[in-house]
Amino acid sequence: MAAASISEDPGLWRSLTARPAVVVALVIFAVILAAALLAPWIAPADPARMSVRARLSPPLGDYLLGADGFGRDVLSRLLYAGRVSLTIGLGVAVLSTLLGLVIGLAAGFFRRLDAPLSRLIDAMMAFPDILLAIALVAILGGSIANVVLALSIVYTPRIARIVRAATLVIRELPFVEAARALGSSNGAIMVWHVLPNIVSPVTVQATFIFAYAMLAEAGLSFLGVGVNPSIPTWGTMINEGRQYLDQALTLILFPGIAISLAVLSLQLIGDGLRDALDPRLAKDV
Amino acid sequence: MLKYVLKRLFGMLVVLFLVLTITFVIVRVAPGDPAALMLGPDATPEDAAALRSELGLDQPILIQYGKFILSAVQGDLGQSLFFHRPVLSVLAERAEPTTFLALFSLLISLVIALPIGIFVAYRRGSVADQGAVATAMLAASIPSFWMGLVLQRWLASDLGWFPASGYGGPGASFLDRMGYLILPSIVLGIVNSALILRFTRASMLDVLGEDYIRTARSKGMSEARVVMKHALKNAAIPIVTVVGLTFALLVSGAVVTERVFNIPGMGSLVVGAVLRRDYPVIQGTLIVVAALYILINLCVDLLYLVIDRRVRY
Repeated sequence: MAAASISEDPGLWRSLTARPAVVVALVIFAVILAAALLAPWIAPADPARMSVRARLSPPLGDYLLGADGFGRDVLSRLLYAGRVSLTIGLGVAVLSTLLGLVIGLAAGFFRRLDAPLSRLIDAMMAFPDILLAIALVAILGGSIANVVLALSIVYTPRIARIVRAATLVIRELPFVEAARALGSSNGAIMVWHVLPNIVSPVTVQATFIFAYAMLAEAGLSFLGVGVNPSIPTWGTMINEGRQYLDQALTLILFPGIAISLAVLSLQLIGDGLRDALDPRLAKDV
Repeated sequence: MLKYVLKRLFGMLVVLFLVLTITFVIVRVAPGDPAALMLGPDATPEDAAALRSELGLDQPILIQYGKFILSAVQGDLGQSLFFHRPVLSVLAERAEPTTFLALFSLLISLVIALPIGIFVAYRRGSVADQGAVATAMLAASIPSFWMGLVLQRWLASDLGWFPASGYGGPGASFLDRMGYLILPSIVLGIVNSALILRFTRASMLDVLGEDYIRTARSKGMSEARVVMKHALKNAAIPIVTVVGLTFALLVSGAVVTERVFNIPGMGSLVVGAVLRRDYPVIQGTLIVVAALYILINLCVDLLYLVIDRRVRY
């Protein structure tokens, strides 16, 4: 198996940055990440402070990106919203990867579990993302943690499927047989032999899930069934800006651009990772 | 072949059964009393008790589960708590706009994606190719509702080319109603075309590298015939697969797009049901949509048998 784990691969960074598009994506994402992390220090105003006089001020006046329907500073809200949107995206990527690893390894490794778990994955994937997420958030409640949990449940099958497929292949390879002959337990084989070999495809998929989860979160917030509307996310900003569509298009323009840039850069990074981690998978898709 | 079809049908039934189980579990694992949740914070304990017995929530969980599965199999998805009518009839009433929105946008995305995908695969590496790939990736990164809002403001409010929102009101004719779906379908079609374009291009690229394409060319066959007849035919399977898979994407897209354009379809129904805590409607929509998805993908699998005579199971 080529490309073991990321840390062991000194050429990863070089091959990742060999493509200009990926470099641009990395820079864009780093800027978005830094802006969100530094929000408390760089935001020009309190994102929740309202000012009647500033209502719907256009950009490039007192407020760089204008003010919203409550007279709140759009730039500051954009920065703080980024914290929430990125946290949810990252949270979903991490949690669904962990859950997907457990389910996928179990399905791929234990023949008896394979059929039931695979059918369960099929059934989960029959629900459209947003619809299942809406139902789960409706039941769980609209906190940030619950949105992360709901979206993680939605995206876990995608990881589980990849992990299962990879595990089925690796399980039959000679080095696993050798480990077994030497008396390794199932758990040890999974952790030491199977896991390192599925890091690459899982990392790539997790990057895409990061992106999808941010889109889905924005969709949920836009529908008014995501996180509590008092928490600014890029989705809630678009939902609020919607009522001023004809007076102040910029209210939805900026958060929309923020989401699109974040998602686009993540997708490009995911593509770059796929090509860099496993050249055999590199496809012109 | 009959054996394969039967096997697939059985697999489909198992997955359908799991879909029912999952929707049952989703509502039942909710923390707290489902009846109290449905009634909201203002309900008295007596109200909750009455609703519990109405919904059969006072019975053992396994009996509830059994009853749920039995009635679902018979096409009874329960009563809407808000409309006080069977969930299935509420859903059927809202199905028209969603169905046509999904169909139109699928059509639009195929019209955009197939020719461009085939062309740029043929001109691999050209400026057109790189541009198409980049545009497709950008389209897949833009939230569909955001594109909907921007186009609504620009093409409907500012230019007046399309009705801005709604579904024509109660007296509108079928054609009028369809007119309201044009702009939403364009929005959803553009978003959806990204995935189909990438798949079409990739599968054409795979096929164009095959030996039989070189053979066809060396026979002196015209390029148009090589691409349209030999290559496209063999690239059809992955393309048909992705069209089946985009169904879920279309429904997700329709849910949010309906909200952008205030279209009274199944998406608005679900969002309304969430706000009204109408759990049977949420459950019913999940079941119907998942069942449709499973059915469509079964049809896609069976379609392989027709498209590709090499596929023998």
